[in-house]
Amino acid sequence: MIGFNLIPLLPEIFLALTGMGLLIVGLNITKEGRGKEAAEIVSWTSCASYALAFVVLLGISWQPQIVLNGMFKLDQFAGFVKLLILLGMMTSLALSVRFIKDEGFARIEYPILITFAGIGMMIMVSASNLLTLYMGLELQSLSLYVLASFNRNSLRSSEAGIKYFLLGALSSGLLLFGISLIYGFTGSIDYGAIQATLMVLQDIPFGVTFGLVFMLAGLAFKVSAVPFHMWTPDVYQGAPTSVTAFFALVPKLAAMALLTRLLFEPFSALSEQWGQIIYFISVASMMVGAFAAIGQENIKRLMAYSSIGNMGYALIGLAVGTQMGVSALLIYLLIYMVMTAGTFAIIMSMRRDGRAYENISDLSGMSQTNPVLAYCLAILMFSMSGIPPLAGFFGKLFIFEAAVAGEFYVLAVLGVLSSVVAAYYYLRIVKVMFFDEAGDAFEGGLPFARRLILCLSIVFVLGFILKPGVFIASTQGAVAALFAG
Amino acid sequence: MELELLSVGMSHYLILAGLLFTMGVFGIFLNRKNVIVILMSIELMLLAVNINFVTFSAYLGDLTGQVFALFILTVAAAEAAIGLAILVTFFRNKGSIAVEDLAEMKG
Repeated sequence: MIGFNLIPLLPEIFLALTGMGLLIVGLNITKEGRGKEAAEIVSWTSCASYALAFVVLLGISWQPQIVLNGMFKLDQFAGFVKLLILLGMMTSLALSVRFIKDEGFARIEYPILITFAGIGMMIMVSASNLLTLYMGLELQSLSLYVLASFNRNSLRSSEAGIKYFLLGALSSGLLLFGISLIYGFTGSIDYGAIQATLMVLQDIPFGVTFGLVFMLAGLAFKVSAVPFHMWTPDVYQGAPTSVTAFFALVPKLAAMALLTRLLFEPFSALSEQWGQIIYFISVASMMVGAFAAIGQENIKRLMAYSSIGNMGYALIGLAVGTQMGVSALLIYLLIYMVMTAGTFAIIMSMRRDGRAYENISDLSGMSQTNPVLAYCLAILMFSMSGIPPLAGFFGKLFIFEAAVAGEFYVLAVLGVLSSVVAAYYYLRIVKVMFFDEAGDAFEGGLPFARRLILCLSIVFVLGFILKPGVFIASTQGAVAALFAG
Repeated sequence: MELELLSVGMSHYLILAGLLFTMGVFGIFLNRKNVIVILMSIELMLLAVNINFVTFSAYLGDLTGQVFALFILTVAAAEAAIGLAILVTFFRNKGSIAVEDLAEMKG
């Protein structure tokens, strides 16, 4: 039957079924009075289901195919990004299990919400229709709102939830208004049909440009690009650290992939219009990310500004608009994800007397009290600030290389300058750890999952220089599919 | 139509939707009192979008827009439920739902 091939959706279907199944199982275990245990069981089972979905995704064909009457598209680009999403979900859930137990909100809904957010993101990445895009985005956002306020006894967490919800809903509204205009002026919500209509139009109608601007504003919220970044620092700081780690690892990657597909598939004919917008928000994000982070005291807030800045660099790849730029974008996001995972593994270990500490000053003298953690964090910070030969340097190198190749010299120069400014606050953390007077040691040690993720992250950061070809080849393959269609 | 002036065309609907949408956006930013009012403004924005969709759908002679509007209504209901739930947890912690009390974190 035409249009009813469900094979490309197997990973999503599988995750949805296990998510709902685990909800029932988890509730039953909780009812037996084993609440704490239930959270742990459901978390690890969910982790295993992500791994299975990963295998299933690798097993199905990534030849470009559009199913469900043009609603859903699986190609190499979507496949590659979905693998990263699943990896990010696995990492952040594995990091969370111990943390939510220590903080006293280990409930089964936590892994379930991560699963549903992940399904939403996978649908976003595969959307080939504005309706699928919207539904995927909302499934993701609604789960994330609840996750942000998951620690319901904490004022900060619930405030973060409200702020995220209000601004997220506003951004969905803007996005939808844009979609309605695009629908009205092109007569379709299908990516292929929109692309075909825009290709043949001589003058682009005013309404289409207007709609594109609204859609970009809505999506800029989701990737936290300036001037729509206001929610990021508050949500990063207020949400429980394990949730912040999840926010930093996965949703931005998905939103960025969604944006990429949207710009290069339906709106490829409007590249002049969106090129300018992306150029502007990229420069603004880099600058705000670099300068606003300088005075921050809270390390989660610092990571928020750092992520705003990093999204600015990633957007350079989009602004350039070439195949090289987009593959640099993907590899940049991959490297950023791995570095962030390691950094959050350390931030979660900043505990003393059963309490989490999150100020930069709490790190002082860590090289004496917790030398291993201090050296790991130093390596990650050096990598984030882009010092060779660590992985972070290569991420930036590829981006700037693409910008120069596309003759976007000003963009490249601004990027390098803002990364110099950003290096200041990354290196300040190293300075605090190694040269300030030692405080009390962090205790509790590293649980196995956290240690494993930290090790893998460090190995990746140090070893990227040895085998960069593997990653470059796979991103190039993924992007080629996007440009071929 | 006897009077051309009284006929209501597509642009009238679109202007209405545009006005409602603008009111919604301004409601979010200018409102300094109560979070519930912000939730209402968000609802207003989504309804404006629905008017847009249904208008285009009617004038294009294409059902997609109406289907989209139904999906938006469903999602808006879920969104309102989640928003109110988060608001309740905030109220339990803070004892207030004033916008100015959302100021634990700044900078």
